[in-house]
Amino acid sequence: MSDQFIFGIEVFLNGLMAGVLYALVALGFVLIYKASGIFNYSQGVMALFAAATLVGVMKGQVPFSHLINAIFGTDVHYFGWHLPGIVGILLTAVVMILLAWFVQRFIFRHLVGQEPIILFMATIGLAYFLEGFSDLMWGSEIKKLDVGLPQGINTWIDETTFGIFGYGFFIDNLDIVATVVAALLVIALVIFSQYTKQGRAMRAVADDHQAALSVGINLNFIWVMVWSLAGFVALVAGIMWGTKSGVQFSLSLIALKALPVLMLGGFTSIPGAIVGGLIIGVGEKLFEFIVGPMVGGATENWFAYVLALIFLVFRPQGLFGEKIIERV
Amino acid sequence: MFYREAGDFKTSYVDDGQTFPIKFDRYRYYFVLFVAFAIVPLLVNDYWVNAIFLPFLIYSIAAIGLNILVGYCGQVSLGTGGFMAVGAYACYKFMTGMDIWIGGVQYALPPINIFFSVILAGFVTAFVGLLFGLPSLRIKGFYLAVATLAAQFFLVWLFNKWSWAYNYSASGQINAPEREIFGVAITGPSTEAWATYLFCLVFATLTALVARNLTRGSVGRKWMAIRDMDIAAEIIGVNPLRAKLSAFAVSSFYVGIAGALFFAVYLGAVEVGEAFGIQKSFIVLFMVIIGGLGSIFGSFAGAAFLVLLPVLLKLMLADQAQSISPVANVFGWLFLALFAISAIMFLVSAVRSRSIISTSALYWLGASIATFIIYALTIGGMGWPTDIVAHLQFVIVGALIIIFLVAEPHGLAQLWRVSKEKLRLWPFPH
Repeated sequence: MSDQFIFGIEVFLNGLMAGVLYALVALGFVLIYKASGIFNYSQGVMALFAAATLVGVMKGQVPFSHLINAIFGTDVHYFGWHLPGIVGILLTAVVMILLAWFVQRFIFRHLVGQEPIILFMATIGLAYFLEGFSDLMWGSEIKKLDVGLPQGINTWIDETTFGIFGYGFFIDNLDIVATVVAALLVIALVIFSQYTKQGRAMRAVADDHQAALSVGINLNFIWVMVWSLAGFVALVAGIMWGTKSGVQFSLSLIALKALPVLMLGGFTSIPGAIVGGLIIGVGEKLFEFIVGPMVGGATENWFAYVLALIFLVFRPQGLFGEKIIERV
Repeated sequence: MFYREAGDFKTSYVDDGQTFPIKFDRYRYYFVLFVAFAIVPLLVNDYWVNAIFLPFLIYSIAAIGLNILVGYCGQVSLGTGGFMAVGAYACYKFMTGMDIWIGGVQYALPPINIFFSVILAGFVTAFVGLLFGLPSLRIKGFYLAVATLAAQFFLVWLFNKWSWAYNYSASGQINAPEREIFGVAITGPSTEAWATYLFCLVFATLTALVARNLTRGSVGRKWMAIRDMDIAAEIIGVNPLRAKLSAFAVSSFYVGIAGALFFAVYLGAVEVGEAFGIQKSFIVLFMVIIGGLGSIFGSFAGAAFLVLLPVLLKLMLADQAQSISPVANVFGWLFLALFAISAIMFLVSAVRSRSIISTSALYWLGASIATFIIYALTIGGMGWPTDIVAHLQFVIVGALIIIFLVAEPHGLAQLWRVSKEKLRLWPFPH
């Protein structure tokens, strides 16, 4: 076997792992879209906000400390405690539920029945707001997030593949953990939506708002729950990405990476998000590996979009999306 | 009383079909043009032109372009930054003399006058926009919005890597050389404030006039039919292919002109990822939303708003106070009092009626914010760190977008229309 081919396999595997992380973000989009028809552009910023909150809570940062210091001339920064990761995650989950309630109560309750594109633009506004809010609350510097996840090269895979191919594959431990967590999350979400009362209510709302309302389902509660779930998914994605590359502004840009994933997989399908994520992850890594050197590299920025665009022209509803039927 | 159409009789179809059929509107329009062309150039200095007038005029052109696409034709685009980059680089190639390679032989066009370079750049962008508009025939709504992101990322990447586009310069930047019209320098390092202002004003006026008339005519009605329901429009005989693609072409033409002016006249030197990144796409979209979807005046209002907001925030918050006068202190205490009142009212309404947003409390909050603005301006700035002000700006812009979408989806233009209706009778009750 040639070296190029073995490199190719390594690139392929790393692409799969990256794809899992894209799929994690895309999952949050799908959840909200299915239940409320809102295409939530702010999902990436929610991940950033969740990760920044987690770091802030664990380090005992005073929220809005910079703003408070600027207004009152004080000099407060830390409460002076350090929390273990699990407590921090629980507290952050509470914050995300609060955020979900606020979003539902103050924004989307007033926009019920508006056109989808207006809702989409509202979520762009929400993304801007949250971005500034997160920086005001926790500061904008790059933060290190460590909740005790394993990191670094997986030596077992390295040694095994070295034994077989004579070349050790570089696979990050964190990527493996992310894959496992994503798989668990999807299984949990499927069980939740198929076998619990709230999950059934959620699917009913997704099917038909009016009918769900008429059988006594509390729409507001379901929507807050869905936004909380999306917030939780954002938290998981934020932990993974934050551990990988630090908590910083670029974290919110993963939403832009998840969009083509959704277009490929279809906005309404959880398996679609997973498969789409894997295709995009592998595709962009392989494209960069094979074609990238010919055109000057950095093709990862646009490859996913162009792939999704070409794909959409032939199948407008995505791989697993429901057929779009339009009537006058 | 102050705005009326009574007594304004029209005796011919030409009268009825003019751009501003109401006499009052027409005279106001002439007055605004007179002030903008004859008075402002005498008064402006470099700071005013570079901080306010140039960005305002250029963003207005871009916002009109995007408004044609989003507000009139209903096709949401997030690729504005990329199309502005096309305009900028096309303008650069035309004004420095485009070199074309055919069969290994280089042919060089002579450098073209800056005025025509800008217009040609608009045509090039229109063509590129047409290409990226093709998917709109198959996909709709936010699928299309996401698809236009492909244009944004691909075009920015292309201008980073394609050395022909920046004349093989080592830095990868493009720099506008000195070009003049009638012997007056328009681009380059030694320009006069009034000259660049007038140059952009001519473009803004022309494009706005054309846009206004396009949207009133049959083309505009076709766009609006497509926007309201494309299948129904197709059934009554609007060709969706031509309507959508013409909207993309016209919109990109405007955005391309804005990009060319932004590079050549306003910035002078451009690095594509920095100047035409995705943030630019969002800012122009926000101008359209805040100003008012489907309104030419709204494009100007939105552009003015988002250009002035950072300037105002900097004056209010980031600058350091020189001296605190007793008058300013009065406003400071007044602000605290008003703020306390509104906070108490919010609390009371929350406890009493289980609804958190109470209208009267909102009025008090608005009054307290207004007092705070006056206070901050009279003392000459709060002296906060600039990064906090920048974050605050994000929060304010995001909140405003949401507030406008919830409370007034037609933006500042609708507020303007409502106030005109009020002024028709004011101060009389009937």
